[in-house]
Amino acid sequence: MLASDDDILARAEDWRKAGKGVAIATVIETWGSAPRPVGSHLVIDGDGNFLGSVSGGCVEGDVITQAFDVIEDGKPRTIEFGVADETAWRVGLSCGGRIRVYVEKVN
Amino acid sequence: MKLEHLSALNKARVERRAIILVTDVASGEQRIVPGEAIAGDVMADQLDAALRSGKSGNVEHEGKSFFLTVQTPPVRLIVIGAVHISQALAPIAKVAGLDLTIIDPRTAFATPDRFPDVNLIAEWPQNVLPGIKPDRYTGFACFTHDPKIDDPALEAALRAECFYIGALGSRKTHAKRVERLTALGFAPEAIARIRAPIGLDIGAVSPAEIAVSVLGEVIQALRKKPLRTDTPVKAGAAA
Repeated sequence: MLASDDDILARAEDWRKAGKGVAIATVIETWGSAPRPVGSHLVIDGDGNFLGSVSGGCVEGDVITQAFDVIEDGKPRTIEFGVADETAWRVGLSCGGRIRVYVEKVN
Repeated sequence: MKLEHLSALNKARVERRAIILVTDVASGEQRIVPGEAIAGDVMADQLDAALRSGKSGNVEHEGKSFFLTVQTPPVRLIVIGAVHISQALAPIAKVAGLDLTIIDPRTAFATPDRFPDVNLIAEWPQNVLPGIKPDRYTGFACFTHDPKIDDPALEAALRAECFYIGALGSRKTHAKRVERLTALGFAPEAIARIRAPIGLDIGAVSPAEIAVSVLGEVIQALRKKPLRTDTPVKAGAAA
């Protein structure tokens, strides 16, 4: 079942109230063809449970790893993902677009 | 994000209230601005524009970059009258992302056979609207042109300051409607918010074409002007 934004932020609140460490990742900027629009959320708890998405599954793994650090030290981070590889551009594989994701802890 | 901010976002969503979370991306500093407090905010213009578009995004203010998490209630369209136009409107309203409800007390019209997969209520509007609680993010399209069915819905829509209120009927029918609403104590400015004749002037003839013109007018009302009731509203399209 697809989770709507309602479910996602409500779950984050539930997790936090249950005493878990929780991080919220939000797509804050996109360039080119990005799979999820600006404002999309992924919420992560300290045990690695997550809900929602910030991409079509391409960068979630990395965001979740960074979310653990955010839960640990409490400092928000902005992460950028994209096709930075020159070769990819040269052969025209710019399909990935670029996204910027803001990851913050729920205090 | 502070837990209280997260709770405020979730609470606003459940209660169908607009709200914006403003994040200073560099510092991580955040604040919550409820829809009704936007006018008095230092970033009023930007927040207002963001709320109208309904989209989250980045803005600059005094040299700083802010991310606005914009949360608006899902837009609802309440159709009065389970008529031929409503049958055409139901599927396209759904495609456009509107949360549609059709109300008609006439059980011969309001049948699931005629309206598959539609939230259809075979009741008098005045009996069910208090439970539905229309708000600014609710639009009304009244198609019965029967005063005893349309009028109670129009009254509720005007009181709730709905973003769109349209009513089917000729100019003559509408003139009588204006008289009735005036007698009920509605001000001329309020009554002028009713778009009648209903729909954009695209020369629509068939029920399906009228449905398209009404959907176009709903989208125009939603996107082209602020969802502010204190903003003068252009009178409805002709013909």
